[in-house]
Amino acid sequence: MTVTATPSLGLARFVLLRNVTAFRRAWILLLSGLVEPVFYLFSIGVGLGALIRTVTTDSGAVVPYAEFVAPALLAVSAMNGAVADSVYNFYFKLKHAKVYDAMLATPVSPRDVAVGEVSWSLLRGALYSSMFLAVAWVAGLVHSWWSLLAVPAATLVGLAFGAVGMYAATFMRTWQHVDYVNLVVQPLFLFSATFFPLSTYPDALQWLVRATPLYHGVALERALVLGEVSWGLLWHAGYLVVLGVVGVLGTSRRIGALLLT
Amino acid sequence: MTDEVLLSARGLTKTFGDFVAVDGIDVEVRRGEAFGFLGPNGAGKSSTMRMVGCVSPVTSGELTILGLDPAVDGPRIRARLGVCPQKDILDEDLSVEENLWVYGRFFGLTRAEVRRRAEDLLEFAQLTERRGDRVEPLSGGMKRRLTIARSLMNDPEVLLLDEPTTGLDPQARHVLWDRLFRLKREGVTLIITTHYMDEAEQLCDRLVVMDHGRIVAEGSPRALIETHSTREVVELRFAVDEQERHLDALDGVGERVEVLPDRLLVYADDGDAALAELGGRGVHPLSSLVRRSTLEDVFLTLTGRTLVD
Repeated sequence: MTVTATPSLGLARFVLLRNVTAFRRAWILLLSGLVEPVFYLFSIGVGLGALIRTVTTDSGAVVPYAEFVAPALLAVSAMNGAVADSVYNFYFKLKHAKVYDAMLATPVSPRDVAVGEVSWSLLRGALYSSMFLAVAWVAGLVHSWWSLLAVPAATLVGLAFGAVGMYAATFMRTWQHVDYVNLVVQPLFLFSATFFPLSTYPDALQWLVRATPLYHGVALERALVLGEVSWGLLWHAGYLVVLGVVGVLGTSRRIGALLLT
Repeated sequence: MTDEVLLSARGLTKTFGDFVAVDGIDVEVRRGEAFGFLGPNGAGKSSTMRMVGCVSPVTSGELTILGLDPAVDGPRIRARLGVCPQKDILDEDLSVEENLWVYGRFFGLTRAEVRRRAEDLLEFAQLTERRGDRVEPLSGGMKRRLTIARSLMNDPEVLLLDEPTTGLDPQARHVLWDRLFRLKREGVTLIITTHYMDEAEQLCDRLVVMDHGRIVAEGSPRALIETHSTREVVELRFAVDEQERHLDALDGVGERVEVLPDRLLVYADDGDAALAELGGRGVHPLSSLVRRSTLEDVFLTLTGRTLVD
């Protein structure tokens, strides 16, 4: 990623290694993040798709409804994985397990922690999206070779949501605050042109949706999976990367402010 | 012990808002020494330790560790320190040996290196048989030993121990002290905080007594007792409410009398003689005990309060 290098940044990979080691035994937990979007794919994409049949995308193509929804759910699965890890797990490790207090007693810096944890979110995003893509492919919903790029694109979604989620988690003081995350994630899930094209909304609302992060993930994934590739996609990717970098920088600053007092 | 100064603080101060946690202390620790900060809870011991551990910026004053400035060289200093915090913040998602491996990697050690060191340290901490277990079900003593083993993964020159035996049962404490003695013999500099006087007497070559963020006395445990207390102490217990009545009769016996809620302490170089004198005056407590002075008495003399309530 484009995170600027610092002298001790090399230690971030050992923060990542800690998570890999911790989840080696708990890998079944990792699967939980995949289940929800797969359920949605089959209930809404396939079930509702039997009623709706086709939909006209924002680029004008007419595609079966399930194929329209599948890439959006791919972005959702990456978001869910990243949020689950960066908000819930990160908050627990920060406030309760004191995992980072121990790390910061070593040469590891707050920046290493932030970069290491976001890399882990990214990795989980990639894992979820590969599995989801495989399911969608088996279900016959994926045709374009561009779809292979959907997995790296999903890591960008993981980066953006992982980093911002973590930054937000550093401000939370109780588990109640953590629950508020759903108030953000749910509307993003429902209104980011996930289940219908952006053009369904009036102009003013379209601009609002364009400003939110999951929309860019959905638009990017949909274009790749449906093979509607253009230079315009770089704008979506750029949005996610910028969000990710801002989140990482904010998180490392906050970790320092919270733990190095 | 050599003359090389590993830690030097001049006017070291730490404030949190209006609260002054550490109030301008001067400290010097030499290589190979076992140095203690003794004081009650809230005396500023942990704040001092966190500054020394380079995880808490110095508010004012000078602090040099291993010849380096923590504000500039934090990571380089931390690479050479072992830190054993007051609470065992072990990683409960990892097994016993994984805790050691993962922590070792944070110092940039190779995979082979951390496995080799973990092997030795599991032995040292008497945890070889529990190596594959989760951390959570371990006993308090085992967790503390694992924390110490973990803090030794980088083969530190200085080991910081914040209240190393608080909350442990007597047997676990003795096992731990034995491990710390071994480290000291191997030349590791120990910096210990404690509010247990027996621990300070057992472990420390030299210590400072802290109260309200200040150093109120400094020296070896023996020298502190000699300077600030008598050789022996007579503890007298009376029936409830009778303590006051006997105070006058104690006048002139021993060097000093300290009144505690549940007992009277008579400071005297010869405790038995003092007790006999009291018997002669017709003072007959419910129970009496003659014992040697401890650091607890030093603290009591210096601050008028007991260390552990």
